[in-house]
Amino acid sequence: MQPLVQIENVDMRYGGADGTLAVTGLNVKVEKGEFAAVVGPSGCGKSTLMKLVTGLHIPQQGQVIVSGEEVTEPVSIVGMAFQNPTLLPWRTTLDNILLPLEIVQRHRKRLRRHRDEYVAEAEKLLETVGLKGFGDKFPWQLSGGMQQRASLCRALIHQPELLMLDEPFAALDAFTREELWCVIRDLHQEQGITVVLVTHDLREAVFLADKIFVMSARPGRILNVHKIDTPRPRDLDVMYTTEFTEKVHELRNEIAEARAVA
Amino acid sequence: MTGFMSRIDWLKAAPWLYTIGLFVFWEAAVRLFSVSQIILPPPSVIFGAIIQYWPAIWKNSLQTLYTTTVGFVMAVVGGLALGLLIGWSRQIYAGLYPLMVGFNAIPKVAVVPILVIWFGIGTIPAILTAFLIAFFPIVVNVATGLATIEPEVEDVLRALGAKKLDIMLKVGIPRSMPYFFGSLKVAITLAFVGSVISETVAANSGLGFMMSGAQSQFNVPLVFAGLIMLAIEGIAMYALMAWIEQRMTGWAHRSSTMAG
Repeated sequence: MQPLVQIENVDMRYGGADGTLAVTGLNVKVEKGEFAAVVGPSGCGKSTLMKLVTGLHIPQQGQVIVSGEEVTEPVSIVGMAFQNPTLLPWRTTLDNILLPLEIVQRHRKRLRRHRDEYVAEAEKLLETVGLKGFGDKFPWQLSGGMQQRASLCRALIHQPELLMLDEPFAALDAFTREELWCVIRDLHQEQGITVVLVTHDLREAVFLADKIFVMSARPGRILNVHKIDTPRPRDLDVMYTTEFTEKVHELRNEIAEARAVA
Repeated sequence: MTGFMSRIDWLKAAPWLYTIGLFVFWEAAVRLFSVSQIILPPPSVIFGAIIQYWPAIWKNSLQTLYTTTVGFVMAVVGGLALGLLIGWSRQIYAGLYPLMVGFNAIPKVAVVPILVIWFGIGTIPAILTAFLIAFFPIVVNVATGLATIEPEVEDVLRALGAKKLDIMLKVGIPRSMPYFFGSLKVAITLAFVGSVISETVAANSGLGFMMSGAQSQFNVPLVFAGLIMLAIEGIAMYALMAWIEQRMTGWAHRSSTMAG
């Protein structure tokens, strides 16, 4: 079967021919239903990777293939969430979650007539992430962790095939972060959605992912790919096993090396 | 006694108490140092003048309120339109910004004679001067609101296939509304400055005209009566704008206090 995301020998340079080379010779394959994590030193082009996959940037060299088609413009089969929840303060949480439906072509035509269906869908998502009954609250009435949960709902409402997460838990406290790890783990488990998670947190990567890509310092390349075979469903206790700790340690050393080269 | 004192909301009463305090202080100072009425009339004399000349004051106050409001409404419409245009495209922004800064730097009193040549003495130059002076803060604020959209929000929407117009309608315009309504408070007070400048230089009605006439006859209490009326109109319109701002974009105030 063809991978859902396939990046082949991609070079991406910002600011014209003499601009900064952000990534070079990039090769990434993510299978359908897989949970992939991308780790690396800061400034290694992880965000560029996100933008390449979503079609916000078109590479100068190589190709990006998502769902069997070469990416030449933004692909609406992707949901995104960032470190900053970026909810719109003038909309209720529910209306924030419905926002993508007002944009994506195939939904925006149906939205007015089938609003009730979509609202039910959004409320189901809110329940999944543990925000049942918070739909009519405004984002500024929610805590940081709750806002991030709502932002996940917004990323999922249009039933994307691919979920792209750019350090979505980085700004949260340790306990909330672990809670949200479990939320994402369960979403991935239940909905069979493909996830690409960009993160600095190696424990997060090892706990959640099937496959971890280690990137080099700028210009970013893939240095190594690790398979994580820990059986699913994974419990938080997994993180206290020797195998887990060793894997995190191994990754840490690789990134330290990548930083030293830079 | 203490029960009565503690039932007064001192915060709500403060604006009135301070205003009364200022007038009492003014009255006392003028009387204590026996300042001539030609230099600084005491408030009691000014209020006497307001009553004595009420018909003229009323008519000219309405005229000033009218020219200011019309000029202000034009500034709101024009400022909103140009602000959206400038916020829409970086190229238009780059092209128009220096022109607008240059235009804003021109003292509007220097523009009035040109307006008089074009439109004659009277209401139209006053309206246009109010418009020209109130226009700039609205444009700048609307454009700022549009220019500071978080890139992540834009990415989320663009990745879903949103066009520039979608992003403007869903994010840019709602986002710039607090800036817009905030700028109305500045713009309305500037509009009064504009209309009164024009009335002082070239008009046959309005508070500016009335005050310059009174000044040439050394009727200083009437000049001060005009100033008091201007202050009252300015405060009333400012309060109206603040109320509209609160009504329309209350979320912006609450969200900024909550997010901290």
